[in-house]
Amino acid sequence: MEFSSFHDTFFDEAQELLDDMEALLLGLDVERPDPETVAAIFRAAHSIKGGASTFDFTALQRTTHGLENLLDGVRQGSLALSPASIDLMLEVRDSLLGMLAFHRRGEAPDEGAIARATGLLTDLAATMPAKGGSVETAREDSAQPADTAPHGDDTMRLAVRLQGVDDESAEGICEELGLFGELGEVSVENGVLSATLATQSSIDDISSVLCFVLEPEQISLTPVEPVEPVESIKQAPQASASTAAAREVPRERAAAPARRSEQSSTLRVSTEKIDQILNLVGELVITQATLEQAAASLDTRAHEDLMRGTSLLQRNVRDLQEAVMSVRMLPIDSVFNRFPRLVHDMAGKLGKQVELETRGHDVELDKGLIEGIVDPLTHLVRNSLDHGLELPEQRLAAGKPECGRLLLSAAHQAGNIVIEVADDGAGLNRERILAKARSNGLEINPAMSDEAVWDLIFAPGFSTAVEVTDLSGRGVGMDVVRRNIVGMGGSVSLFSTPGQGTTTRIVLPLTLAILDGMLTEVGKETFILPLSAIAESIQLDPSSLKRLPGGGRVVPIRGDYLPLIELGGLFHVPGAERDLGKAIGVVVEADRTRYVLLVDRLIGQRQVVVKSLETHYRRVPGVAAATILGDGTVALILDLPMLAALQHEGLPGETPPAPVQAISSQPSTVSGVEI
Amino acid sequence: MNIASTLKPSARDAAAARKEYLSFRLGDEEYAIDILRVQEIRGYDNITRIAGTPPFIKGVTNLRGVIVPIVDLRIKFELESVEYDHRTVVIVLNIGDRVVGAVVDDVKDVLSLSPDQLRPAPEFGGAMSVEYLEGLVDLDDRMLILLDIERLMNSREMALVDAMERGGAEDHGE
Repeated sequence: MEFSSFHDTFFDEAQELLDDMEALLLGLDVERPDPETVAAIFRAAHSIKGGASTFDFTALQRTTHGLENLLDGVRQGSLALSPASIDLMLEVRDSLLGMLAFHRRGEAPDEGAIARATGLLTDLAATMPAKGGSVETAREDSAQPADTAPHGDDTMRLAVRLQGVDDESAEGICEELGLFGELGEVSVENGVLSATLATQSSIDDISSVLCFVLEPEQISLTPVEPVEPVESIKQAPQASASTAAAREVPRERAAAPARRSEQSSTLRVSTEKIDQILNLVGELVITQATLEQAAASLDTRAHEDLMRGTSLLQRNVRDLQEAVMSVRMLPIDSVFNRFPRLVHDMAGKLGKQVELETRGHDVELDKGLIEGIVDPLTHLVRNSLDHGLELPEQRLAAGKPECGRLLLSAAHQAGNIVIEVADDGAGLNRERILAKARSNGLEINPAMSDEAVWDLIFAPGFSTAVEVTDLSGRGVGMDVVRRNIVGMGGSVSLFSTPGQGTTTRIVLPLTLAILDGMLTEVGKETFILPLSAIAESIQLDPSSLKRLPGGGRVVPIRGDYLPLIELGGLFHVPGAERDLGKAIGVVVEADRTRYVLLVDRLIGQRQVVVKSLETHYRRVPGVAAATILGDGTVALILDLPMLAALQHEGLPGETPPAPVQAISSQPSTVSGVEI
Repeated sequence: MNIASTLKPSARDAAAARKEYLSFRLGDEEYAIDILRVQEIRGYDNITRIAGTPPFIKGVTNLRGVIVPIVDLRIKFELESVEYDHRTVVIVLNIGDRVVGAVVDDVKDVLSLSPDQLRPAPEFGGAMSVEYLEGLVDLDDRMLILLDIERLMNSREMALVDAMERGGAEDHGE
């Protein structure tokens, strides 16, 4: 087995543990820390340390060890927590994450990262005053400066025995040891250095420093006449490693796999594997459809068994497909999770008080959507904190509680997922938005409805913030938020009441992998229109069409004139219906464009599995994706907003792009060769 | 046709460098490509046309749940007669991590060729620039054109890959 595959497991586990640690730290009550929570944080640090030492990730090991020591102090009640120490612990956690990133790339953490972690630990130790009472016993040498890495509160005497040390290096080693405490009775004989050391540092700390000069096998550190509180250093009853007080050979311990406190009932599977299964299931669906088609031509009574079999197969295949799809679903909690930290940090920087509430943790979304929603949501949360919620004094002046509220919620609604970001801040400022829109040259009119005004915010380059701050307004505007969400087949809208707050509502489909589509036909070709963008379908009256200068035509619909796009003409479909009276007009409303799309026939509504064209080919103008129909052929899913643009610009083939070598003699129409 | 007998190993030390090629017919010419690029060979059917693509891109097809573009090399190479009959086949190619189908007239043989059998291709004013040719091979009774199929399929003129995705080095060869 590849050693690196253990690495990956460790990285994934460590990542999870660090995430847990973050959540636990944020939930910790500084005044009265819950012993369970502290113990859980401690265990997370301890597990990471175990793994890190297995793989010789020294810096990671030392940092987690330092953190572990301090956490142990809290657990023992000897050290007190403060809000500052929570912040620092979070930063230590971040630096661990940074080190992990180095190791993931196969590099050792750089000096800067290590120095920063050490600095943080030192700062952290300074924020945690010792509590009087419980463990003051062994502080006999309190004059000893506490200068080095974090340590327990207790002094112990160690018998140090280092093998393979020559006289030259002995001096340096003694110096190093001197930093840990009082060194006495040093002797070097036959390359063996023996000494006693009175220290407050733990054996792990000392040996990890010595490891820079010596191999672990050369090091032996044994406590002698242990002063009573040694037990409390060597705590951690659940930690498998700490049962033996003496660690003759640290690596032996390290070689044992890091034991997890609880057995996990989940299995890590790569997305590729799941998508592969999904593909195979898709094939199965097609095979089943083929079978059913074949069976349909048979006499039902004579082939009753076969009929029963095919209908059972159909049901099983559908269940299987659903089950596989559900594997791709992740709880939205995996997105919401990141916000307590973001809010905590941002509120601190902005001097605001914010209480974050999240609802609907267990609502599940397709993995693709989960990944796609992170950036837009982060942007919205930042916006709410930065521009929405007011400073405490402003809130008080407005008669609101000092502490602002931010609500993140997710819920199922009519086959969609609705995600809301709501704050109880100042709300949107209609006047300021209008003024800004005017200065941006947007089309406005003072009588616009509030909804229309809020909609202006989604225009490119729009920001109402008076000045660009460090935290938001970095040029990534709401237009990007909307584009991302529309790109996932969703929509986004704003609701706001002055003085009471703003709510942003995102509506997303349940999954990216399945689309509710309308199958249509032009000539002999099948096209799929996303159902969400279809308002209605109409029978056209050719005489009611109006021709515009330039050749475009418009269709009058209830007082509006909508442009007409003939799909057959646009895509040069052979054999497309020429008689407008026989064709069907589909009224499309997508991304604020409205038009009538002309097709030959509507075949029906169908759920289709979305397949990317880009995996093996490339993006195609006017085509969002493709799918495979029941008979195994590929059908294109149209990009309806883009069709409107294509209507103006024409397909790229018609206005040839960069001239290509030697093929200029080819006709530029698609029908070069008929099949 | 039994090719093994027509190909005599010209040098023993070249044996190690021998590569296997799949030969196929495009009109009157016989071409060959590195067989390691070939995934499978299938019939020509069920192709969905895509509007706005160059004529040699016939469209896309469903290859066991994966959507794969189909290129007609005969159109690309400006052959005079392009017919689709029972012998027309699609060679499914693995180019990098992509899969592409190439329409050819007929698949002929698998050949083992050594580098010293390769003759440099002359600069000829055909439909295709010489940079996609590995060389020519003179067999006793006929000539084989060795195609660098990977470079051809990755080239800008095939328009199979979005310009942004394409590695800069592949744009114009070396």
